[in-house]
Amino acid sequence: MAERRFSATRLPGFATIAMLAFLALYIPILTLVVYSFNSEVTMGNWGDLTLAWYGKAWANADVKDATLRSLTIAGLAAVISTTLATMAALGTTRRRAFKGQTFIYVMINQPLMVPEIVTAVALMILFGLIKTVTGVHGLGYLVLAHSAFCIPFAYLPIRARLEGMDLTLETAAADLYASAWATFRRVTLPILMPGVIAGAMLAFVVSLDDVVITEFVKSAGQDTLPTYMLGQMRRQLTPEINAISTGLLLVTVAMLTAFFLLTRKND
Amino acid sequence: MTAKNAIEARNVVKAFGQGDTAVRALDDVSVEIRQGEFFTLLGPSGCGKTTLLRLIAGFEMPTDGLILLDGQDITYLPPNKRPVNTVFQSYALFPHLTVAQNISFGLEMMGKPRAEIAARTEKMLALVKLEAMAGRKTSQLSGGQQQRVALARALAPQPKVLLLDEPLSALDLKLRQAMQIELKRLQQETGITFVFVTHDQEEALTMSDRIGVMSNGKLQQVGTAKEIYTTPKNRFVASFIGETNFLAAKADGTKARLASGDVVDLAVPVSGDVTLTVRPEQVRLASANEPGALPATITNLVYFGTDTHVHLALSDGTEVTARVQSPATGDAGLEKGAKAAIRFAPGAVQVVGD
Repeated sequence: MAERRFSATRLPGFATIAMLAFLALYIPILTLVVYSFNSEVTMGNWGDLTLAWYGKAWANADVKDATLRSLTIAGLAAVISTTLATMAALGTTRRRAFKGQTFIYVMINQPLMVPEIVTAVALMILFGLIKTVTGVHGLGYLVLAHSAFCIPFAYLPIRARLEGMDLTLETAAADLYASAWATFRRVTLPILMPGVIAGAMLAFVVSLDDVVITEFVKSAGQDTLPTYMLGQMRRQLTPEINAISTGLLLVTVAMLTAFFLLTRKND
Repeated sequence: MTAKNAIEARNVVKAFGQGDTAVRALDDVSVEIRQGEFFTLLGPSGCGKTTLLRLIAGFEMPTDGLILLDGQDITYLPPNKRPVNTVFQSYALFPHLTVAQNISFGLEMMGKPRAEIAARTEKMLALVKLEAMAGRKTSQLSGGQQQRVALARALAPQPKVLLLDEPLSALDLKLRQAMQIELKRLQQETGITFVFVTHDQEEALTMSDRIGVMSNGKLQQVGTAKEIYTTPKNRFVASFIGETNFLAAKADGTKARLASGDVVDLAVPVSGDVTLTVRPEQVRLASANEPGALPATITNLVYFGTDTHVHLALSDGTEVTARVQSPATGDAGLEKGAKAAIRFAPGAVQVVGD
């Protein structure tokens, strides 16, 4: 009889541990979503089922303003970081293994390794200096900061896609009279596209969610949705926050689902 | 003027690596491939045949030497500037394009007018009998169909030379045999020069007008299938193509004395210590009193259906294999350990170099 291979699913207590882990992951979110429909202001009481908080959040000019800013920054940061990440991925995979390759990977993925709070303080100081010297203010600083820390999130799926690509395809394109540019445009990029879109979505979601760096870099009146929510917490906590969170959750889940569909192997 | 050469390689050297660790994948190879012929580069893996193909395609540049196409130096021309197309071993079909888009890719890159591209693509689809599959993604096709798309894609731009890199190796036996016939038909219909790379000697023998046998980065012999089979130049060629017997001998004119003391006739006079080769099917079982018969003992019998391989030992123990038609009934006196006699067919004994 064939020997059974080791499988974690057969260990005693596997199902229990898995269940507990899932509960730990989803109960808080579920609570948040449920309470966003609670008509009572305090968490302790449950009143009626209501959509009033969604209405209130929707009508709130500050929320609208912060949402718009969040989407603008995330959109720009996604485009910029994905473009740079695509170039970086092409640069690091389209060649033979070289000395210091790991070092380059580490350099590219710096934002994943340096504590975010350190980057935040560093950017605050540097941007503060630049603002004082040049007198230039604006959203540009936030866009730049977001683009930078989004690069590794865009880079990783693109690189994975590139590494899975058969290089013979590029050779075949060259054999069929395609110039280097035409090969990139007509063969490499289309095949890479799912990775690029996945990378852009991941970057978008990561930017949308950022608090730490944004909080430190933003000037007055540059609240994004997360920093606005943080600010609200200091005053009075209402289920409006729950409603906004649920909305943010919906957008993120939708994008991540699309991300996983795009990075499935069988396309 | 004699038939023009489609491809000519002159003293081509290709070294990989540098200094002491450098490996010569091609070591001073010169070959002339004629216009419109089906030329096969045959050899074991690592012999340099694929490297030579890649140099002709322009995927690599030689370390030394020249590659000519129609007499023009193309040694350093990039692949997209050469009127040469390749059928890759892995097919390398574009997964994001349909069958028709794959086939028209080369024509589009050449900047052909739309109408011409459409017409030519239609024609190629018909040539490889894939009209019904034009709109399919290539991943939806069978191995044999993918193979035909790869062929159509490479033929569509009407290259001067078509390079085929072991294109049949991924197919099963039945399909491979069908594709061999198909390839030959396509070559004759299009009149394009085919340069075919394979390690399969049978494939080479059945399809090629001429074969170049390679080993260790060197071209060992060039000739028709028959020339290479019947008059191999050296030991490697003799043993790589078909099965054969090697016999050490001392030659003097048209007579050669084997180690066993037996004397055999040579087709071409030569003298000194030589290696003789004779194909198993040219070894006949004879009766002991026949003139020129060599006494031997049957050491083993291997049944192959239509043929039986009779392994024999000469009086000094030298092994010789004879391939004889299997008798219809019984064993016709063939028996392990039995005494026998063999005779070599007239002109069958060849002298080979090392």
